[in-house]
Amino acid sequence: MSAQGSSSTATPIIELHGVSKHFGNFTALKNIDLTVGAGERVVVCGPSGSGKSTMIRCINRLEEHDEGSIRVNGTELTDDLSDITSVRREVGMVFQQFNLFPHLTVLQNLTLAPLKARKLPRAEALERAMQYLERVHIPEQADKYPGQLSGGQQQRVAIARSLCMQPKIMLFDEPTSALDPEMIKEVLDVMIELAEDGMTMVVVTHEMGFAKRAADSVIFMDQGEIVEAASTEDFFSSPRSERTQLFLSQILAH
Amino acid sequence: MPIVKRKKTTKLARCIDVVVIAVAIAFVAYLLHQVNNVMVYKWHWGFLPEYILRWDEEQQSYAPNLLLKGLAMTFRLAVWSMIFASIIGVIMGIMRTSKQLFPRMVSRAYVELVRNMPPVVFIFVFYFFISSQFVPLLGIDEWSVKASPETLVVLEILLGPPELFSNVVSGVICLALFEAAYITEIVRAGIQSIGRGQFEAGDSVGLSRTQVLRWVVLPQAIQRVVPPLAGQFITLIKDSSIVSLISIQELTFLAQEVAYSTQYVFEIWLFVAAVYFCICFTLARIFAHLETKLAVYRS
Repeated sequence: MSAQGSSSTATPIIELHGVSKHFGNFTALKNIDLTVGAGERVVVCGPSGSGKSTMIRCINRLEEHDEGSIRVNGTELTDDLSDITSVRREVGMVFQQFNLFPHLTVLQNLTLAPLKARKLPRAEALERAMQYLERVHIPEQADKYPGQLSGGQQQRVAIARSLCMQPKIMLFDEPTSALDPEMIKEVLDVMIELAEDGMTMVVVTHEMGFAKRAADSVIFMDQGEIVEAASTEDFFSSPRSERTQLFLSQILAH
Repeated sequence: MPIVKRKKTTKLARCIDVVVIAVAIAFVAYLLHQVNNVMVYKWHWGFLPEYILRWDEEQQSYAPNLLLKGLAMTFRLAVWSMIFASIIGVIMGIMRTSKQLFPRMVSRAYVELVRNMPPVVFIFVFYFFISSQFVPLLGIDEWSVKASPETLVVLEILLGPPELFSNVVSGVICLALFEAAYITEIVRAGIQSIGRGQFEAGDSVGLSRTQVLRWVVLPQAIQRVVPPLAGQFITLIKDSSIVSLISIQELTFLAQEVAYSTQYVFEIWLFVAAVYFCICFTLARIFAHLETKLAVYRS
């Protein structure tokens, strides 16, 4: 199965073939096949414990898969650490809990990786950081510490931090689940703008409004398997599987 | 109701306080009574000042005598040992949390070996088997003979009198290796208190494992372990007295010499106890004060 939406002709940038992952006796992922083209926006949804987080964490190898193969940006993910580090530089990740570096200011959070991993000159790293802070609409917070910001602001800083590495792919692991309702919109707005600019995105979320507005295709996972993968339009108008229909009726009930 | 209850407990607590203090005063009075009237001990505090500062006839000025020299040496030992112990402790602490088995094994073995041995035994084993073989190899004595007078002045401030250089170095190595085992555990706890999310965030922006440790994890871990490290420094000052057993010429060792030669055992040890107490208590107060200040600054 592949997540092929409107841009099915794009060159594949993420390819998962027969990927499985076990935690002890528990099977988190079962024989996952997934192809994401460059510039494609994919939303992954499903009940909790369905393996969606595990799957996108496998894409930048925060989790190691047990079987199958994963190719990201042309590189096969193996035990080779230098390969993985170079893949990670091209793959941004936004976490549910933001995971900003609390001992650094916003600006230092944004410049750390460009300075140390990309070896950019300081002036250029600073300029780039300010540019992305403006893009997430909080340039005035540059000199504050993460602890002084609201959840929504922290998550936008986290997005900017990833963008500062100028990645080819952005992964979002439930980016709005830890936020107060009034802050969800400001984060989703930033993500929609990012999608409109043509970034390749894989987003684990329950925000179906975001999926309808920004996604090319939607994947529904349950019990470690991809149950349904369809273009956004088809997914919401005519879901094939019963489990998908049930999930959608529950989540779209109000 | 709860208010009444609290009042009762504070009243009771006050009563217990009064009783405890009364008992303590009575005990001290009894001791003094025993010493003065039963043992008929005559206190000789008068000799002490000259063992701190003596009048030098040649130089026509005051010069530090044994006790002050000992105190200076205790400080040198404590500061140098703390510096080396911190370096070893941070490295071992990192190894302790390594993903690979070998570094973990080495640091674990080191920590367990040191911590499960009485300090005195550790010091003897170290001194007779390692220090006596190893320190002469460093060639400190030959080197200090060749040093220029200017460097010697600096070295004297840092290490004490030249004839004691190898003596001090043995003491420092010994104490540093001993305390580093405890610092290792403090650093390990600090690193392990940093959430998994910080490692993952560092990984996901493309930092290498060393970079994550250096720029993300260690700064936060060190910040968290500063209070226990400060406590360890105070412990180190107290522990430094055990190297008197291998003739390192610090406060306890020299106090012992003075006690033997003057026979005023009571006075000397009471005085030395008071000196250690004042240093450690003062440092503890200062560190506690700095900690509250830092906490305010951080929030």
